[in-house]
Amino acid sequence: MSLDWKWGGLALGFVFFTALMLVKPVGVSTQFVVADGIIANALVDGVIYQTEAGQWTSDNAYLAQSARRVADPINYDFLFVLAMALGAGLSAWLRGGIGASERQMPAIWRANYGAGAWKRYGVAFAGGFIVLFAARLADGCTSGHMMSGMSQAAVSGFIFAAGVFATAIPTALLLYTKEA
Amino acid sequence: MTQILLALVIGGAFGAVLDRIGASNPNVIWDMLTFRMLGLMKTILLGIGVAAILIFTGQMVGLVDVGHMSIKTAYWGVLFGGLMLGFGWALSGFCPGTGICAAAAGRKDAVFYILGGLAGAGAYILSHDWFQAAGLLDPILGGKSTIGTIAGRDFPALLPNVPGDIAGVLLGLAFVAIAFALPQHPRGGGRAVATPAE
Repeated sequence: MSLDWKWGGLALGFVFFTALMLVKPVGVSTQFVVADGIIANALVDGVIYQTEAGQWTSDNAYLAQSARRVADPINYDFLFVLAMALGAGLSAWLRGGIGASERQMPAIWRANYGAGAWKRYGVAFAGGFIVLFAARLADGCTSGHMMSGMSQAAVSGFIFAAGVFATAIPTALLLYTKEA
Repeated sequence: MTQILLALVIGGAFGAVLDRIGASNPNVIWDMLTFRMLGLMKTILLGIGVAAILIFTGQMVGLVDVGHMSIKTAYWGVLFGGLMLGFGWALSGFCPGTGICAAAAGRKDAVFYILGGLAGAGAYILSHDWFQAAGLLDPILGGKSTIGTIAGRDFPALLPNVPGDIAGVLLGLAFVAIAFALPQHPRGGGRAVATPAE
């Protein structure tokens, strides 16, 4: 059971406002790049390195933009995302959890495509791949572009939101015809 | 130190709100995108509207430092990325933030979503130069543009004669009005219970 939309919307709006007033607008998807950098740097030495001037950089021009964050993950943006996970986990636990069946897969998925776990996991993996590739191409996701962007009257936020719903609605209408 | 404390408090609150409004529940996302239940859409629109009204009235009264605003550049890749993200979101039921929240709430499929996300972000790290060379990242519509002119910042304005704070508050009010106007169950009736299996 979700929170009533009026309370939920007020809470969401206050969180976005507080983030902008005290620090900066909310964003999530860049931290997938930072996490990738941390993983790559742990596997292969020298993915990021320091210049003679002491600046962190990388031979990959895109990763170089996040090199400083990869070198020191204890920064606002990365901890924000970790705290978000903690907050969501705690909130779910406090309302009694989501139940064993939902932990396995969402009810609407099961109603449309059956209970085979690996089919759902495979699609979730593919969805994650597409979404994060797309979010980096667009330089933002639902949090950064749509919510933070549109609430600051950013033109890019509206372009992004138009693109998202133009494909999301027909895709969902085609794929998820059966209710749970 | 203050920054770290703020990250923990604001990040934690954001995660808890995403969980409570149902944004990290794929069932709620699919019910919204198929117009079976628009509660979450109303929540998101109200959230954007409330944030916009607070941000821009905050600027008018001097409570909000315009230096904290961060406007992203507009370019064709924003539209293409949005189109692609919409497909992946509807397919999986997760966004980058909500996928992480869902995994934290115990959803196993969300763990696979995050692994896919790490791979997808990695693929973009390797292909970024190609998109840049193709011109897909070149600014359009002024680049870091906003609707009105925001005093104290040099963002290009779509409507240069309109003050940015007034445009922002009006925009916020419009979002709130749409949030109230949207029906909860456009297909009529619908289920009495908002979310299955909870």
